[in-house]
Amino acid sequence: MTLDQAARALFLKEFVQAFVLSMRYFFKPKATINYPFEKNPISPRFRGEHALRRYPNGEERCIACKLCEAICPAQAITIEAGPRRNDGTRRTTRYDIDMTKCIYCGFCQEACPVDAIVEGPNFEFATETREELYYDKDKLLANGARWEREIARSIEMDAPYR
Amino acid sequence: MAKIKIDGIELDVAPESTLLQACEMAGAEVPRFCFHERLSIAGNCRMCLVEVKGGPPKPQASCAMAVRDLRPGPNGEAPEVFTKTPMVKKAREGVMEFLLINHPLDCPICDQGGECDLQDQAMAYGVDTSRYAENKRAVEDKYIGPLVKTSMNRCIQCTRCVRFTNEVAGVGDLGLISRGEDVEITTYLETAMRSELQGNVVDLCPVGALTSRPYEFTARPWELTKTESVDVMDALGSNIRVDSRGREVLRILPRLNEAVNEEWISDKTRHVVDGLRTQRLDRPYLRGADGRLKPVSWAEAFGAIAAKVKATAPNRMAAIAGDLASVEELYALKTLATALGIASIDGRPALSGLDPKFGRGSYLFNATIEGVEAADAVLIVGADLRKDAPILNARIRKRWRQGGFKAAVIGTPVDLTYDHVHLGVGPDTLEALARGELAFAEVLKAAKRPLILVGQGAVARADGLAVLSAAARLARDVGAVSDEWNGFSVLHNGASAVGALDIGFVPGEGGLGTAGIVAAAGRGDLDVVVLLGADEIDTAALGSAFVVYLGTHGDAGAHRADVILPGAAYTEKSGTFVNTEGRVQLANRAAFPPGEAREDWAILRALSAVLGKTLPFDSLAGLRAKLYAAYPHLARIDTIAPTSAGDVIALADVGGAMDRAGFVGPIQDFYLTNPIARASAVMAECSALARARTTAAAAAE
Repeated sequence: MTLDQAARALFLKEFVQAFVLSMRYFFKPKATINYPFEKNPISPRFRGEHALRRYPNGEERCIACKLCEAICPAQAITIEAGPRRNDGTRRTTRYDIDMTKCIYCGFCQEACPVDAIVEGPNFEFATETREELYYDKDKLLANGARWEREIARSIEMDAPYR
Repeated sequence: MAKIKIDGIELDVAPESTLLQACEMAGAEVPRFCFHERLSIAGNCRMCLVEVKGGPPKPQASCAMAVRDLRPGPNGEAPEVFTKTPMVKKAREGVMEFLLINHPLDCPICDQGGECDLQDQAMAYGVDTSRYAENKRAVEDKYIGPLVKTSMNRCIQCTRCVRFTNEVAGVGDLGLISRGEDVEITTYLETAMRSELQGNVVDLCPVGALTSRPYEFTARPWELTKTESVDVMDALGSNIRVDSRGREVLRILPRLNEAVNEEWISDKTRHVVDGLRTQRLDRPYLRGADGRLKPVSWAEAFGAIAAKVKATAPNRMAAIAGDLASVEELYALKTLATALGIASIDGRPALSGLDPKFGRGSYLFNATIEGVEAADAVLIVGADLRKDAPILNARIRKRWRQGGFKAAVIGTPVDLTYDHVHLGVGPDTLEALARGELAFAEVLKAAKRPLILVGQGAVARADGLAVLSAAARLARDVGAVSDEWNGFSVLHNGASAVGALDIGFVPGEGGLGTAGIVAAAGRGDLDVVVLLGADEIDTAALGSAFVVYLGTHGDAGAHRADVILPGAAYTEKSGTFVNTEGRVQLANRAAFPPGEAREDWAILRALSAVLGKTLPFDSLAGLRAKLYAAYPHLARIDTIAPTSAGDVIALADVGGAMDRAGFVGPIQDFYLTNPIARASAVMAECSALARARTTAAAAAE
């Protein structure tokens, strides 16, 4: 045993070092949050639950161009299109997203020429049954209505970087 | 031959060929919008600019400049063309920028998106940004009929549609009015187009200005499964591509086949698609004691048929095949009928004078469809070509446009879109022509390759064989039948007609023909009649016979039937079809039959087991092996087995007395000739429009 080792053993150097470290973390602000009541801030580019948006005048944005369906790497989107009854414009008659297939890559919102399909800030959409995750057009439009303010803000914040 | 150097590659080309064709031969890609191989040269899109040495010192539209327009160099060097120089690149970028100035860039809502020439070429030859910030030109959309939807803002004025309607279709429906920025494509009076080939302008349009109205916003090209197949709406067997998504056929497009349809198809071929979805028979039905059809299982349906067939003598049973049957099911039904001893089978239209016993040359379009272009005179007997075979009519018109071609018609006077002499209406005119009393006889005699086209209007009548023989006699006498040119050509109407004749689906010893079967059933001389998709006969006249209907749609045959066996339509089965010139072609399956419906040959095979006469095959391959062994020419897909001119000469000697009645074309309504077309809403609309036009024309007179 060298003198150096003897001194370390005598003065409990490792113990003291570890204790100081513990104390430092003890007094640091905590990373954990009280989740359901507290939430971390999220980026405007956050890719959460999908929503179909409307224009401010209430008109559906989606024009059934099917680019999101084409780009979707998980093939989670199914669209059927046709001329709308009253004015003959191109609209979806069916817009389904299988949220169990979706990988939240965000390609759909990148592909969309009219910002109709977006991935909103909501990530709390767990369900009890699988079937509830097969979203149809009504559900997506309802999402759009519910999250419009947040979505519009995110798009606005992200706009300078595009 | 002229020498020319393209991008450093020297080659010999015909001096009259255009620079664009020469560039293609050299493998250089030249973008174009207005140029089309089958239309005249317009030279108005300017996309095909190339640089030339030995010509004007500016970019040249390669579609409008011929190789012989270029001068050789001072020492006799070949003139040079460059397609990849900076000058050409800049010229193309400039032209593309001009084209896009007034193009709305609404690709996301445009039906052409994904298969658009302008989209593709803007990606390949355009620049990434636009310098144009002013207002775009706006043009009002026109109504030009129920089949073609217009979106005139997108038009780039290539005038392909105008040239198509004027040149190929021969109906001057579309035109270009005004000048400069104000030019518009229009039908002048906002009327629907009248051509039965109008759907082709949708394919021709390089942008989304003309799109298919029934297919409006339905699907994107990348979603579709493409199946190469053959059309059954007429006897030409136009090559088609069936686009389907999932279980549904969404659209039909033409496929290039120089020998048959070039790249055109008729509107009926293209737009029957919605007929494949409606009025379908999707499960077996049996007529109950109360006289109503009730859905039953396959076993019950077969049981009812077996009980009836076993209790009936073979000479009191008969089978008729309709227009849409493939050779496979005709063969299966024929084999089954032979096993049961049934002699009364027929796959021809009522009273047809055609018979396979006179040889294959006696009922084929011997001149071949492509051969029409070699003919220098045509006599059309008893056919309204615009209704019977619009694609063939376009081919004859193409020949007529080349000049040195005379046409004459015996039968109902019709508008064929090209100049022709109307000689008369009936057999006496044919006789007069044979005696040389009419001036056209001299034309036929003088012609090197006269074409005698015999339609079903002349053949499907009581004296059909005599008329056929008289036409063959005329063909022989004017020199239309020789070893190197056989101009005696029979035009059929049903896609199954030649196939049925080829495998001998005709009455056997002591059997009755189609008309005979219907009459005998009406008299009560027949107890069981099997209809294989036969809806064109007078089903109400079948009396009290037990009718088994094997088909696809709830049409005339199904309404009369006592047992309905649901079969597969032509897009739902793999089947062989022989076209009017004897070309064997294969249709492929693009979708599955609806519900419990099955492929027709499989139904007949299953039925045969219940009847105790099991057919000797268990698969389509097995059936085909048997079929090819019996009729080897059917194995040679896409070819025409050569026929002998002797068949026609022999036919000429048959003779017979002819009736005085005039020839009447069998097709009254072009758009509603078969169960699929009758189930189609689009065809019904077209038919109503066509009828309104004829009534209006009659009222004007």
